[in-house]
Formats: sequence, C-alpha cells, structure tokens
Amino acid sequence: MTTGKKHSEMDRRTFLQVTTVAGGGLMIALYTPELLAQRGGGPGNAVLPLASNYITINPDNTFTIVAQNPETGQGIKTALPQLIADELDVDWSQVTIKQADYDNTKYVSQTEGGSRAIPTHYTRMRQAGAGGRALMIAAAAQQWNVPASELTTGSGMVRHAGSGRSATYASLAARAATLTPPAPADLRLKDPKDFKIIGKGLAGVENRAITTGQPIFSIDVKLPGMLSAVFEKCPVFGGTAVSANLDEIKKLPGVRHAFIVPAPTPGGRGGAASGPASGVAIVADRWWQAQNARKSLKVLWNEGPVASQSSAGYAAQAQQLSATRASQKPAGGGQTADIGDVDAAFATAAKIVEASYTFPLLSHAPLEPQNSTAHFKDGKLEIWSPSQIPNPGQVAASAGIQAGDVLMHLVRAGGGFGRRLNSDYDIEVAKIARIVSDERAAAGMPTVPVKLVWTREDDMHFDQYRPSGFHYFKAGIDRDGKMIAFRDYVASTASVIPANEFPRGFVPNFRVFSDPVTPYGIPTGALRAPGTNGVSFVMQSFIDEVAVAAGKDPLQFRLDLLASPVAGGPATPGGGFNASRARGVLEAVRDMSNWNRRASLPKGTAQGCAFQFAHSGYVAYVAEVSVGADKKLKINKAWAAVDVGRQIVNPSTSINLVQGGFIEAMSHLMAWEITIDKGRVVQNNFGQYQPARMMQSPPLIEVKFLQTDYDPTGLGEPALPPALPAVTNAIFAATGARIRTLPMVREGYSWST
Amino acid sequence: MPSYNLTVNGRRHTVDVPEDMPLLWVLREVLDLKGTKFGCGAAFCGACTVHVGNNAVRSCSTSISRVNQPVTTIEGLSADGNHPLQVAWRDIDVPQCGYCQAGQLMQAAALLRTTPKPTDAQISSAMSGNVCRCGTYTRIREAIHAAADGRRA
Repeated sequence: MTTGKKHSEMDRRTFLQVTTVAGGGLMIALYTPELLAQRGGGPGNAVLPLASNYITINPDNTFTIVAQNPETGQGIKTALPQLIADELDVDWSQVTIKQADYDNTKYVSQTEGGSRAIPTHYTRMRQAGAGGRALMIAAAAQQWNVPASELTTGSGMVRHAGSGRSATYASLAARAATLTPPAPADLRLKDPKDFKIIGKGLAGVENRAITTGQPIFSIDVKLPGMLSAVFEKCPVFGGTAVSANLDEIKKLPGVRHAFIVPAPTPGGRGGAASGPASGVAIVADRWWQAQNARKSLKVLWNEGPVASQSSAGYAAQAQQLSATRASQKPAGGGQTADIGDVDAAFATAAKIVEASYTFPLLSHAPLEPQNSTAHFKDGKLEIWSPSQIPNPGQVAASAGIQAGDVLMHLVRAGGGFGRRLNSDYDIEVAKIARIVSDERAAAGMPTVPVKLVWTREDDMHFDQYRPSGFHYFKAGIDRDGKMIAFRDYVASTASVIPANEFPRGFVPNFRVFSDPVTPYGIPTGALRAPGTNGVSFVMQSFIDEVAVAAGKDPLQFRLDLLASPVAGGPATPGGGFNASRARGVLEAVRDMSNWNRRASLPKGTAQGCAFQFAHSGYVAYVAEVSVGADKKLKINKAWAAVDVGRQIVNPSTSINLVQGGFIEAMSHLMAWEITIDKGRVVQNNFGQYQPARMMQSPPLIEVKFLQTDYDPTGLGEPALPPALPAVTNAIFAATGARIRTLPMVREGYSWST
Repeated sequence: MPSYNLTVNGRRHTVDVPEDMPLLWVLREVLDLKGTKFGCGAAFCGACTVHVGNNAVRSCSTSISRVNQPVTTIEGLSADGNHPLQVAWRDIDVPQCGYCQAGQLMQAAALLRTTPKPTDAQISSAMSGNVCRCGTYTRIREAIHAAADGRRA
C-alpha cells in the first residue's frame, strides 16, 4: 500500500523543520498535525502550514526558546519553555525566552483558559525539544562516524565517551540542517527520572523585569506618536450614546479627538463580534488629559430596557420561583438531571434537610485595568493585546478589515482570572484606532497608534461578571444516616446548573433543575474555575449540613459517599470524575491537618473541609478558623492536597497558584459582591469591593501534590473553589452558624485584625 | 501652565503640568517611568506606591504640587536591581502576574528603613494597604523577612 508510505512521509515533513540562521545557528520548528487537519492539508495536499519556531540554536551555543501562550501570571511563559529545554537537554542558564506573537498558522491553542495549557502542550513541547536533541545526536553520529546509540547529551553538548570527543549543538547546527528530522514515532522522550528542568521550581523568567520596574505590561506599551484614550460607555448595560458635548470636550487641554461610537447592532453590548459597545471616546496626548476631559463630558444616553432591572428584583423573583417550582418536577430545558425517584425517597426518609443558598455576581478585578494599544495604518491594524484569548477576527471586524490584515502582539497582562477571555478592550481600541486614523487622514495628518486605558471604575462597571446563584436544596437521610435523595433547584440568573456535579452518581435519587429569572440583562462570563467557583460553596456546604444531620464526621461522610457509587452517574461526569482520586486528596488533607484530632482545638476554633473536582484537577482543603465576639473571623491555617497528575512542571509556580487560590477565595467569602441597581453596577472601586489583604491571610497555607499516575493537568483554576466551603464549614464547626449567603459582610462578619 | 522642579531617582527634572496632575501620571507619561503602576486611582490598592522623601506614598493620589521632597520609584530602588528586597523577591519567586509587586517592594523598602527587623505583625500592618490580586502575601512576608535577615533563600 502506498498510503502508509505517504503518511510516514507526511509525518516527517510535517513534524519538524530545520533552517539555518545567519551566523551559523539553527532554527528548529514544530509542525502541528492539528493545524494541518484544520487546513485540509494531508497526503497529496501541497498546502502546508508554517512551522512554529520553538527553538533557535544560536552560534554562541545559547538557545532561544519561544513561549507561545499569553502570560497573565499563571507562569506559563516559564513552564512551557521548561518542557522544551529539558528534552533538548540544555541548561536553563543557556536559555533565553521569547514571547510569540499570535499566529494561528504556526501555533495551536495560543490561549489562556480552562487550565488547559499544560494538558494541551505537555507532550507537544517535549516533542519539540526531543526532536532538536535527536537531530544533534544524528549530526554528531554522522560527523564522527559512530553509532548514535553511543552518544549522550547534556548542557547543549553531544559527547562520545568512547573517543572522548564532544561538540556543542551550535557547532553541529550546519550539519543538522542537512538531515531529515525524525518522525514523532521515532522520538524518545526522557524518562521522568532524568528530568533536570521539568519539575524544578525555577523562578519566573520575568522576575528581574518585574522587580526592577521594566515596562513589560500591556499598559506600559509605548509607541512613537502614540495618543491615549478613554472610552465612556452607558452605565446601563446595553445602553447607547445619543449625543454628547463633543465640541466642548475637543477644546480641553491635550484633547485631539472626541467622537461617539455607535452601537454595532441595536442594543449591542461589549463583546459583540462586529464592534464595541456604544460610547464616547476621548483621545488626547496623554491619558491623564483624556481622563480629565472626561470629567466635563455630558452624554445623553438611551439607557434601554435593562434600566428597570436590579439585584433586589432578581432575588425576589428567585424566591418566588423557588416557592412554586422547587418541589415540582423538572420541566425540561436547561441542564437537568433527574435520576431515580426523588419524591418517593423524600417520602420515606427518616430525616429531611432543607436549605437555600445564594452567592452574588462578582467582578474579576485583575489589578491591571483593561487596556490595549492599536495602530490602524494603510488598511491594516497592528495591536498589542493582553487578551487571554487573542482574537484577530473580532478585532478585524471592529476595525472593518479582514482578520488577515491584523498583526497581533501578545503582551504580559497584570492578572487574568477569566476577565481577559473577553477581549472587549481590544475590540474597542480597534474601532477607536480606526476612527482616529480616518479622521487624521481626512485632515492630511499621519496615522498614530492609540492606547486605550480603562479606569478601575470602568473595569468594575463593564465586566462579564461571575453569575450569581440561587440554590434551593433538599436531602433525605435514612435511619442509618445514609443520604438517599438529593435535590438542587436553581433559580437561574445565567447561573451554573450543577447537573453533573457530585454527589451525582453517589446518591440513588438525584435531581438538579432550574428555571430562568427573566428578563436578565447582565453580561456574565467565566471567572477562575467558572463551573464550580460558586457551586462548590453551595454543594460542599450543603453536603456538610447533611453529614451533620446524619451525625457523621463530615470528611468521613464524603469518603463514604465516594466509596459507594450508584447507577445514574453522568456519562462523562464533568470531564471524567474519578472517585478514587477525590478520596486520595481527602485522605491526604485529613492526615496533613490532623483532622482526626480536631476535637482538641480550643473553644471557638475549629476545622472544616471540602473537596472539588474542577478542570481535571482534584483539590481538598481543610481550613482552621477562630471566630471571636462580634463575628470576627481569623483563618489560622489551611492545608491543601492537590492531585493534578504525575508531574508538576514547576512546583514553585504551582504552590504559589494554590496559595493564591485560597487567598482569592477569602475575597469571595468576606466582601466581594457586585450589585445591580437600575441596570447599572453599584460598586465603583476597591473601597466597595475589598480584596483580601495580607493582614487577613493565614500565616501558613500548606500545599501537598499527590503526583498520581495520571497525565499532568493544569492548576490555575482547581485550587480556588473548595477553599470557600472549607472555611464556611469550619465556621459552622466553631460556632454552629451556617453561612448560606455570600459575601459574609452581609451577615455582620468581618476579619479579625 | 505651572512648572515644577522635582528630583526622581537622583535626577532633577522640570515638568510643565497642571498643579493637580497626580505624581503617578507625571512619572508614567511625562518622565516615561512605567514601573509605577495604575491600579485604582484612589489609593485603595497601593500599586502606585513610591517614596517621597523617606515615606511610602500613593502616587495616584498625590498631586504634583504637593511633592516637595525627592522621589524614588522602583526604577531607582537600587542602582543595579539588587536591593536586598529585590533579590529576596526573585529568590523566593514571589510574583504571579507581577503587577502589584513594584508597589509592594516600595512599601516594604519604606518599612525596612524604619523597622529593620520587622515582626510578622509589623509586616502585615505596613503591607495591608497593598493589594495582591493573585494572593502572593505568604511569599511577600517571607521575602521581607529574608531581606531583613540578610539571608538568601
């Protein structure tokens, strides 16, 4: 058969590509079968994608390694190159990292989201490095006329022990360029016991730049002739600008342009593919001048229908829905689970537990306010984007050009947390830059780049918020303290419906369903661990209530449930839930925290536990809290047991991410809440949206990685969700008061200082 | 427009800006020193912390007309980027996104100037005006201790 041969030729051609570079170096690129498939390339198809140039072997035997993904603080600019460098078998001190531009003809999944970077790229990056190493060995074998099997590598050198010869990779580059690269199937990846760089807690590659104040963030982008912009949008979601005192604004110091951006579609709002939300742009020599001019801006808005909506209205409607619907059967629609006969089980239960839980809308509040810089020139747009999902198509549509006419640079962002999954700032600056360039062209002036910077208030007012949740639970327990039925009714405000969530598959009668609160005009989106950041709080708190009602140790109650699967589990439960891994993290955190000796803690001090499966990872927490008079809360210590597979690529980053996840949970717990009144956000700045501070954070958050024999998965998200219920369950254990509403300030709690 | 003389990181400058222009934007937009960060514009987060004289101040809420002592920014914290705090920050791998860290470092440097061997409580008290959205407080605390003790991590 000829097909087989063709395939193997294609594999070779499409896997690695080597090119010499000026001065005697070598560039090693990895072709990606995924891209080939996307483009309909394949045997007989001459159209091949470009290779992504991951490795450059420089003439001085240093190595430039490309970091392909956006960096927002998750450490990926360090971690992905670690994978390449280790397999290439060079020293980390020989490596310089280069950030890739966005280019979907070269790179797969240049995105940051869903904790997907490690599972997506773990093997691919290693293959790129191993391919480079194999080439160097092949070149040396040819040069010395010895079998490749007698050669070893290390520190960017090939060695032949038998003859005592050695050669730098750089010296072999010219010969390597003439060789046929190995096919993926022929590559031998390192045995993990031989890793020298993978698994090391290497410091972030931009730490020196960060600690010395180098201008590496998106907001720091500076270009010749650049102007700066603010963009005032209607405070009511979906509202549009009708008119504004633009002539007056244009006379203010430094202001060069001021114009209304109309709605892309009737009632369109930020994030629409065809353009930005309606608003008024002010473009000045300096950003502070634009922002100052904004204080004089008077806009007539068409506020639109959302102006009649409010958080109080949503809550009242949720309450009303639950009163009539929670005890009924699912009507179908939305995410629903209805397994066994919940109503019959409730009728026979020895004990019934009922509780309603709520949590609010949240803003992401990354510390760097949204911003982006773009230059529209000669029908093309160049943009410097901090997006987690860079999207030239959206940007092009906003500027009225084709995606191929966009050149997109990826710039480090000061925090993502899901906020930068939506690229509204890119879409806005693309439109603004286009209008500025058009206005200047009409006046016979050269085009200039424009940097758009939002204020903190803009950032808080125009987010895609973590949806709020209204959950109405009921559980039935039999005479032996076994949970026999579980129900969660959700009055949904674009909420997550936990139809596949634990304890599904571990309780015989299980019902989760929802009805929508309508109308609902608030833009919502993904916040760190979107599926579970609120759901874990309500589910793992209610499970705790059931355990207490059953007279059981709450941690052991979870272990017992996990040990007794029943029919009716989801087909692919939330991406492959593995009960033994969940038990593993619970058992580990039980032992780390001396859970079984918690009865000896002083009065007012107690431990609580929770676990969560999120984004392919398993995390269990125990939190120890003290609750004083006047509901003053102190978290004394927290323990985390984490299972994200067999290999932690960078333990330093990973511990940092878990500790940061716990501290973010403290913000969610105590103070964070976005409320809507008259269709607009009430909170303006951190004074009304207090993040956790150092004074409140526990002196120790102990983290243990179990390193089980499963493929490595990501860590940005899983560490957050179960931290919330671990703390609230500890508060219950300490005081008997159950936290069912977030944030806790609503019920008079505050941090002990 | 009024004219102001100021010394930043040991260099004298004259800037012609409105009297209410915040020091933050003078640094970032007039003197092109981008290390000092804009986080909230209202002194809630500390990302814009610099030294005026020996004091840590929020440059976003300090008008240029009120600056009457030499200013030190992250770019001038040390000549070679090796202030003990900067070294400790790197050794302990403190940053996640890194956006708040210039402000954290400047705040910590002001603390060590008056309190060379701070306790945990003194550190927390001095540092709690500085938000780290990523939650690196555990490492910031550790790095301040390391710098104060003159040890490498």
